[in-house]
Amino acid sequence: MIGLALKMLFGDTAKYVMLIAGLFFATFLIVQQASVFCGLMLWTTATLRNVAAPIFVVEERVEQINETNPMRDTDVDRVRSVSSVRWAMPLYSGIQRVRLSDGSFKTVQLVGIDAASLAGAPGRMVEGRLEDLRLPNTVVIDQLATTRLASNPKDPSTKIKIGDRFEINDVEARVVGICEAMRSFTGGPYVWTTYERALQYTPPSRKMLSAVIAAPVKGMSVEQAAADIERTTELRAYVNHNFGKDTKDFNTSTVWWYIRNTGIPISFGTTVVIGFIVGVAIACQTFYSFVLDNLKHLGALKAMGMSNVRLSMMLLFQAFTIGIIGFGLGLLATSGFAMGALKNGQPPFFMPWQIPVFAFVAVQLICMLAALLGIIRLSLYEPAMVFRA
Amino acid sequence: MPNPIPTTRIIVDVRNVEKSFGDGDNRIHVLKKIILQAYSGEIMMLVGPSGCGKTTLLSAIAGTLRVDGGGINVLENQLNEMSGSALTRFRSKNIGFIFQQFNLIPTINIAENVSIPLMIQGVSSSKALQRAKDALDRVGLGKRWKERPNKLSGGEQQRVAIARALVHEPPLVICDEPTAALDARNGEIVLDLFRQVARSPDRAVIIVTHDSRIFSYADRIARMDDGEIVEVHEQTQPTPPHFVHEHSHG
Repeated sequence: MIGLALKMLFGDTAKYVMLIAGLFFATFLIVQQASVFCGLMLWTTATLRNVAAPIFVVEERVEQINETNPMRDTDVDRVRSVSSVRWAMPLYSGIQRVRLSDGSFKTVQLVGIDAASLAGAPGRMVEGRLEDLRLPNTVVIDQLATTRLASNPKDPSTKIKIGDRFEINDVEARVVGICEAMRSFTGGPYVWTTYERALQYTPPSRKMLSAVIAAPVKGMSVEQAAADIERTTELRAYVNHNFGKDTKDFNTSTVWWYIRNTGIPISFGTTVVIGFIVGVAIACQTFYSFVLDNLKHLGALKAMGMSNVRLSMMLLFQAFTIGIIGFGLGLLATSGFAMGALKNGQPPFFMPWQIPVFAFVAVQLICMLAALLGIIRLSLYEPAMVFRA
Repeated sequence: MPNPIPTTRIIVDVRNVEKSFGDGDNRIHVLKKIILQAYSGEIMMLVGPSGCGKTTLLSAIAGTLRVDGGGINVLENQLNEMSGSALTRFRSKNIGFIFQQFNLIPTINIAENVSIPLMIQGVSSSKALQRAKDALDRVGLGKRWKERPNKLSGGEQQRVAIARALVHEPPLVICDEPTAALDARNGEIVLDLFRQVARSPDRAVIIVTHDSRIFSYADRIARMDDGEIVEVHEQTQPTPPHFVHEHSHG
């Protein structure tokens, strides 16, 4: 009977295509929008990923990495004084404007790290030497900056190379290295320099330390060290693992801050809900219409001795099949979008496994709802009605 | 009461059956104390004006409609006492249906359409398809088994419906206005064929019809009016009693 169910489904081309189209759009909207949202949330934690330190110590009211309150330079020593801390280094992180050779301005995410230890440096250099950061007026830029800071981003010959110069707040910056880095939340490239030089690039204020990065002594967990730091210094110490349930994790805290304090989740969530509703509306309406069109045939099957359970299974199988096909095509289209996004570096795109699983469940829910309407209609159809032409 | 056809057994025994629709003042008694038998080997027609209760009686005999009173015994099974699922299984095994509008599924070929009663019974699709092709052979459509119903004329579609009704060799065949959707010539061709392939010493055929042109195909005619059987008439010149067993036709 599975073959019969499929042939009945595929035989009505117009409704079949309509059903697939509805579920395709529902899947695409749900997966694509949820993935862009996750990508955007991932970007909010870019500094935490680009500055690989196990512990971030910030001012006590700070909840997210992109909005830190300035601290005193002496706070570095206070953190160092905690017995469970192996090392602690200053970190500057802020958005600055770069003046390019043609006179135009671009914003960058400036990161200042300790010159001696280079703690907080990028994880992988593509070109140049990290140690050259210790030379006067030098910076290391990420790969995005090579085109973003070029005079003509579309012309490869104008890409920023090692040895090129630009200005940050009228102070010269010479490129000595190019590294790999995750793109920042603002979309601007990352520029690394030493902590002292970062203060020169930045308009002066009384307190300029963004954070203290630290690591625990051997044998001590980062969580324990962070707790010790908080208890001793009364500063806020976050661990730097990954987004999860741990609110002591700076990634988690940062993402939740954006979820709570911005309209981003509402905006994306609305689109996801609309995708679901569109899917429900199209699939339910079309599938119900499909059942109505086939009611006299289904009624005849019922009269001929096919049980309600078997007929219901046929409808559920039909709904499940269109769900699988619609979901597959939607996921395929989202993959195409993802490839484009990853190639261009934007829009942000990150699809954890939970998203397709959630979308699959949502699409199957839509299909089962559609099938349920059909089953209810069919169960109300008395087999005797088939004799009333 | 006319004499039953000799050497036959009762396939359908309807005893004091009553059925009404609606409630209170709007209650309509559609069947009033109906008594009727159908015997193996015979073709019986239920005739009468529109609204007299023919189709309701046919539905009740087919086990697709519960009655309010009385009893219907089909093949020694009391339909009123059977559960819904038992009744469904009973129909699938023992009753062949021919509908006025054929009710062939348009998206599958005619062999697949004919195989449906077998597949409902759980016969494997390959065996069901083979038996469906054999059944189509008997109605002269064996070579066209791959065609979809919409490629066939009305008469041919009704022949497919006949094959579908007989493929599982049911002892009772129920026909609802089998010629209503056909012109006179096609109606005659279909009924000729139907008589050849459906008549069997072990089978009763009950046909509801308005079409007086086909009355001559019946062994007995039960005339209904206002929910009652007003006359059961045995044909003075019944169709030749040569029982052609379906297996003898290829």
